[in-house]
Amino acid sequence: MAVLVIADHDNSSLKDSTNKTVTAALALSKDVDVLVAGKGAKALADAAAKITGVRKVLLAESDELGQGLAEAVEATVTPLMGGYDAVLTPATSQGKNFSPRIAAKLDVAQISEIIEVVDANTFVRPIYAGNALETVQSSDAKKVITVRATAFAPAPEGGSASVENVAAGSAGGKVKFVDQQLVKSARPELAGAKIVVSGGRAMGSAEEFHKVIEPLADKLGAAVGASRAAVDAGYAPNDYQVGQTGKVVAPELYIAIGISGAIQHLAGMKDSKVIVAINKDADAPIFQVADYGLVADYKTAVPELMSALTAAGK
Amino acid sequence: MKVLVPVKRVIDSNVKARVKSDQSGVDLANVKMSINPFCEIAVEEAIRLKEKGIVTEIVAVSIGPAAAQETIRTALAMGADRGILVQTDQDLEPLEVAKSLKAVIAEESPNLVIMGKQAIDGDNNATGQMLAALLDWPQATFASALELSGDTAKVTREVDGGLQTVEVALPAIITADLRLNEPRYASLPNIMKAKKKPLDVKELSTLGVDVTPHLKVLKVTEPPKRSAGVKVETAGDLVTNLKTAGVL
Repeated sequence: MAVLVIADHDNSSLKDSTNKTVTAALALSKDVDVLVAGKGAKALADAAAKITGVRKVLLAESDELGQGLAEAVEATVTPLMGGYDAVLTPATSQGKNFSPRIAAKLDVAQISEIIEVVDANTFVRPIYAGNALETVQSSDAKKVITVRATAFAPAPEGGSASVENVAAGSAGGKVKFVDQQLVKSARPELAGAKIVVSGGRAMGSAEEFHKVIEPLADKLGAAVGASRAAVDAGYAPNDYQVGQTGKVVAPELYIAIGISGAIQHLAGMKDSKVIVAINKDADAPIFQVADYGLVADYKTAVPELMSALTAAGK
Repeated sequence: MKVLVPVKRVIDSNVKARVKSDQSGVDLANVKMSINPFCEIAVEEAIRLKEKGIVTEIVAVSIGPAAAQETIRTALAMGADRGILVQTDQDLEPLEVAKSLKAVIAEESPNLVIMGKQAIDGDNNATGQMLAALLDWPQATFASALELSGDTAKVTREVDGGLQTVEVALPAIITADLRLNEPRYASLPNIMKAKKKPLDVKELSTLGVDVTPHLKVLKVTEPPKRSAGVKVETAGDLVTNLKTAGVL
């Protein structure tokens, strides 16, 4: 069986989640091809060709693909599926947008956000915001799968696959791209960051949030997150929210500052590799999941942490 | 303009889901159930469009058990005009929900469908996109702002790294993200009024939709538990520990 992976990119660089999804795909089949659908994306296709284990890279280019229109991506992928038994897409906002359309067109289920491949038909996926893990067996001949990339190691570089052009599908004229406002931040994206620094309601104001959380994040090269309480209070924008109804993150290091640890929040970060909690309330539930807890007022602890990091050469 | 808003009955978002000891699923007995938070945002958006005079009728639809009538009543108490329950005790997959909604849409002919981006039980984030594909309607998922003018909708979408704006021709499917609005609480008089609003109940089998499952749940297990680690005394100790752990 052959498997197709849809590359995650922003037309200028290939995202790490592509390599991680290739790893998931290699657990299904030795024959893994990657589709790069974008605009001006030849260099990205060449980058995908270097991923170890990739058999062939398909490149489809059009304005609509460059704009990431779900209708166009689906119309590009579905006709290719005659040659594949499964299509795997990183579960990014872009992947989640088009992948279910492919499933519907093929009249198969989507197996969403898998974290483990048990065998060619069986997968493990989180449900209830990760409070339970579901093992599902698919009876579909063709499988449409999205992959929670943080659960898989990235396939390394070292391959030399060929790149071939394929036809770009059309969005069909009922949807038009208007514009996009991407946050021009030197900080990494929350969903894929290696380190996340999050602030909670204890910050007390938006000014305090900026003053305390952001410099620490920048020192660590980290993304900034927030608890729902901090977002609801207006201390941080909604897209910072980590939790069941916000973003689910699983960085190498998660630092929770002034966050009590409501179920809602824990659901969004408890798969992080190492969790640090700084809170002055020693009984805060966040300490029950933290690998390292510091019971202290963030007002003194964060400046001390900044100096300790400087002393450690950060 | 008529808007259809699908709503789902799910475990309340403040309740921790517990796995049954026989690993057959999550224990929903005697657990507080509520309208899915993203569906609630979709209902609110439809009501705001009605308050602006753009929308004339809001139909709340649920595909689920008899108890999902409560969920529809919640939407009616917020301000939806009438409800439809497509009743089934089968736990449907997103594709089958989308097919069922397609059948309801064929009868109702709405100009717009606004629905939640995902349900917080299955976390699939798929039904809206599937419905759009089945109907061959355009989709605008993860909406954080919505503007209707004539027969188009301008939708601002939350994407990784920022926002994207697309324009879709109606009829279309729009799925709501958290930022779209903050849903209102239903007032007591409105809750009372909602009891008198029409709620049509029909059996799923009457829609003539193929609802054969594609996936079989082999087991539902608890995720590996995290245990509390160590308490450190100072920020300096913390940095030392993090260096040892290899994450700095």
